[in-house]
Parts: sequence; structure tokens; C-alpha cells
Amino acid sequence: MKQSASMPRTILAPILLGVLAVALWQLAVVVLEIKPFVLPSPVSIATEFSSSVSSVWTASLVTGANALIGLLIGAIVGIIAAIIATVLPLTDELSAPLVAAASVIPIVALAPVFYTMFGADKETARQLVAALAVFIPVYLNTLRGLRQARPVHRDLMRAYGASAWQSTRAVTLPGAVPFLFIGLRIASSLAVISALIGEYFGGPIGGLGKSITSAAASSNYSLAYAYVLGAILLGLVFYVVTLGLEKLVSPHRASVSTP
Amino acid sequence: MSTETSAQGQPIASTHPAAVSVAGVSKVFAARKGADVTALEAVDLTIAPGEFVSLIGPSGCGKSTLLRLIADLDSPTSGSIEVFGKTARQARIDQAYGIAFQQAGLLPWRTVRANIELPLELHKVGKADRAARSSELLALVGLLDFADKYPDQLSGGMQQRVAIARSLAESPGLLLMDEPFGALDEMTRERMQTELVRICAETGAAVVFVTHSIPEAVFLSNRVVVMSPRPGRIRDVIAVDLGRAEGRDEGLREADSFFEAVVAVRESLHGEPAGASAVRGVDQR
Ligand SMILES: Nc1ncnc2c1ncn2[C@@H]1O[C@H](COP(=O)(O)OP(=O)(O)OP(=O)(O)O)[C@@H](O)[C@H]1O
Ligand SMILES: [Mg+2]
Repeated sequence: MKQSASMPRTILAPILLGVLAVALWQLAVVVLEIKPFVLPSPVSIATEFSSSVSSVWTASLVTGANALIGLLIGAIVGIIAAIIATVLPLTDELSAPLVAAASVIPIVALAPVFYTMFGADKETARQLVAALAVFIPVYLNTLRGLRQARPVHRDLMRAYGASAWQSTRAVTLPGAVPFLFIGLRIASSLAVISALIGEYFGGPIGGLGKSITSAAASSNYSLAYAYVLGAILLGLVFYVVTLGLEKLVSPHRASVSTP
Repeated sequence: MSTETSAQGQPIASTHPAAVSVAGVSKVFAARKGADVTALEAVDLTIAPGEFVSLIGPSGCGKSTLLRLIADLDSPTSGSIEVFGKTARQARIDQAYGIAFQQAGLLPWRTVRANIELPLELHKVGKADRAARSSELLALVGLLDFADKYPDQLSGGMQQRVAIARSLAESPGLLLMDEPFGALDEMTRERMQTELVRICAETGAAVVFVTHSIPEAVFLSNRVVVMSPRPGRIRDVIAVDLGRAEGRDEGLREADSFFEAVVAVRESLHGEPAGASAVRGVDQR
């Protein structure tokens, strides 16, 4: 109820702001006669986008597939690692410094190394970069969620004489789900960004990253921006799908808004 | 007693072993720097099957600790505890008791019905039997219309009723309750008390009930155990003779025998004749 009442505000306001910003941008480019290699106008980007929509789509599929594979692998490994770290605290102690180190180094910096390891003609390096980038937030947030069990729930499971596995399944895992999704939401954007940036360091052509660099290299700036627009849309799709999945998995949190 | 068998199908109605038998129990919580807290010292208490016993006393006198020891959520430093003739640990594993805390402690991702069915599910009761039992319990606590709601859609009082229904799920012979009505308003509280008396009469369960309210303890109990703090001990056990549970209703709250029992408990709590200053932490309502 509350949500739907504020819908016009929460949705309309950013749209209006966006339209206004685009209009100002167009005006600035025309009035100030900004050169296209500095900043193409939104109209020329839109024209380019619609005329080359099929190649943007193909490029998005390539980058999107890499991001998706990375997201799945990174998330699954992250969840399993978090469960192991919860069950065996020793693994957590041993791996904590490693995870801390991994969360500060920019994962994409590893891309050139991975290209030499797995071959520059394969997508593996990019998928691995995405998976590594995804792993960190999923692992850390899931771990936090798994340690969140409330004392009253723990007492309850003990009172029921529940086995360790039963209380993990009934209390610990479901309690960690909201935290897992916090991690996944961060990870979904990271997966796209990492897969795309990974393309800048080598590997086969065809993805959004390579397309952006080659369009820019051939001075086709509007086309480069059309691919950038494609990248933004791809990131949005990943984010929104993750959000939808969250609502699907824990519907009662959404149901607060239904009467 | 309701006709369907308890989840574990164990015979618990035998009159021979006491429902709860606490003998010479002490509990010391080890704190850092050797500043140990003696939460309970030399506590003896025997509770008969079907008996309703309240624990009352100032804050920190060890009421919750005693309840947790009976539930085997904690173990005593010395002394022994038996529940229906078994060790507390065995009784816990055999599901001899149901328990409700001050916090409802519902699982927010489960519906009201699924919350009530949780213990049954953990103990491998079949789906159809679970549904039948949970419907029965929902009707008992007047929440049939809310079966498919989630805890965050319920008021605090309703959540507490769900927690009580859950504690009754396996028709336990012993109910352990730690201030289950503490968060409820006075009206709901009195209604829940009446309901609890009825439920106990129907199921024949023994109850250990922790409360801060003297009238509540007197209204519900066969005996009121008055405890004193530092170290936690039993100061007095006051028998309340208000007739069998079936006869208790709202009218009782105005009866003379009720007030006499209230005065007796109050005097014992204060350790002096009534009228002296209130004991800290004890509700005088
Ligand atoms: N886990 C624990 N660790 C250390 N000390 C504890 C622990 N649990 C209880 N205590 C101490 O034991 C004493 C008795 O606590 P308990 O919770 O049993 O009191 P209570 O009678 O239930 O009080 P209240 O009416 O406020 O609930 C207190 O002094 C408390 O500080
Ligand atoms: Mg307490």
C-alpha cells in the first residue's frame, strides 16, 4: 500500500530528472558546438543505437553470457565457501587474510595473466575475472548472514532436539537468504563490469568491451556510445533480474506492501 | 487430553514419576576475572504431572536460568534434574516438553501455519497429520483466519499466541513458559491466561510458568514458587487453592480466595507483611 502510494514519486521523479539531463546535454552539444569525439549528442547516439541495434544486441549477448557464467560460478562457489567457513571455523581463519587481500586488489588486473593461462582466443579468462569479482561480495555477505542466527532460534532448535543439519536447514540457511541477496545485488553489477573491462585486456572480439574500443579507434564515437548504452542496459537487466529473484524467493518481504 | 496421539506417541500420563524433579541444583556462571555469578543455589523443586507451578521473584533471581536448566538448554553446575523420570537431556531429545519464551521467536520466512508445524516437521510427522494438527491448534488460539499470513503481518499478541500454539504442537506433558505474556496488553493478557488455564485442563499438561505478575501467578497456578536473588534460592512455596482448573473463570479474579492468595504471595516476596515498599522488578498489578 505504502509503496504503491509513493510509486509516482519514486518512479516519476528519476525519469523526469533523466529526461531533463538528456535535454540539457543535447542543448549543450548543439549550442556549444561540442565536437563528437569529445561528446556526441544524445540524438546522434540514439540514432546510431537504433540503426546498429542488432550488432549491439550480439555484442551484449557475448558479454552477457560471460557475465552470467561468471555470476553463477562465483555465486555458487561463494555460497559453498561461506557454508564451509561457518561449519569449520578453521577454514575461515585461514582464508580470512586471503579474502581481505582479494577484496582490495582490482580483480580485472588479473585478466592479462588469465589470458596467458587459458589462451587469448577463449572467453575463459573473462568468465574467471567475473567469477572472482562476484565471489567476494557473495562470500562475505553470506558468511555474515549465516552467523546471524538469533539466540532464541538456536534455543528453539536445541529444545526440539534438532540435528545440526536440521537446524542449518530450518533456521541458518533461510536466515542467511536476505544477506545472500545483498551480496548478489552487488555481484550482478560487478559481473557485467568485470566481464566487459576484461575484454579491454585482450581475448576474442565480439563483446561490448571490444566493440567500444574498436568503434572509438575508428573515430565512430556515436557507435562507441551506442555500445556503452548497451552495456548500461545489460547491467540494468542483471540488477533487475536479481531483484526480481529476491522478491520471488522471499515473497513475504514484498507482501508487506499488499493489503 | 485430545484423542490423537502425540508426535512421539509416548506415554507420559503415568502418575509415578514427577513431571519435574529438581534436586540440590546450583548454577554458577563463570565470568571473566573470577567474578562468578551464582544464579541458583541449592534449589529443590518437585512438580507433579498436570500441576501448574509459577516462578516469581525479583529480576535476576534465576527464574529463567531454572527454566533453561529444566529444558536442558543449559546444564547445572551441581545437582540433578529429572523430567518424567528421565535426565533433562533425554527428556529434551524425547520431546517431553514444549517451550515458549518471552520473545515469540517465530521464523519470519514461514507462514503462521508453517511455524506451528515446525516441530512436527522436524520430527518427521506426515504432511496430512501436520495440517490436521496445526488447524486444531490455530483454532485453539483463535488464529485460523491468519494461517497463511507471515509473522510480520501479525500483532505482538498474535505472534505470542502462535508461539504458544507451536509449544503445544506435540501435545507435551510439560510446558515451560518464560514470561510468555510479558509483551501483551492487560486485556489480551487476561484472555490468554484464561485460555491457558483451559488448554492445560484439556491437555493435562504440567506447566512451569515464569512471571513478574502476582495476580497472574495466583490466577494460573496450583503453587507459586517465590524466589529471592543473590544467590537465587527458593524462598517460599505457596499453595493456591482456587479449585481445579476447569472451574477457573473471569469471576475468580474478584473472589476473596484470590485476593488472599495474592496477599500471601506479596508478603512472601517482600519478606515482611504486605504494605511495605514494592519489591523491585515485581509487577504489583
Ligand atoms: N549466560 C549467562 N552468563 C552469565 N550470567 C548469566 C547468564 N544467564 C544469566 N546470568 C546471570 O544469572 C542471574 C540470573 O539470571 P536469570 O536470567 O535467570 O534471572 P531472571 O530471574 O530470569 O530475571 P528476569 O526476571 O529479569 O528475567 C543474573 O544475575 C544474570 O546476570
Ligand atoms: Mg528471565
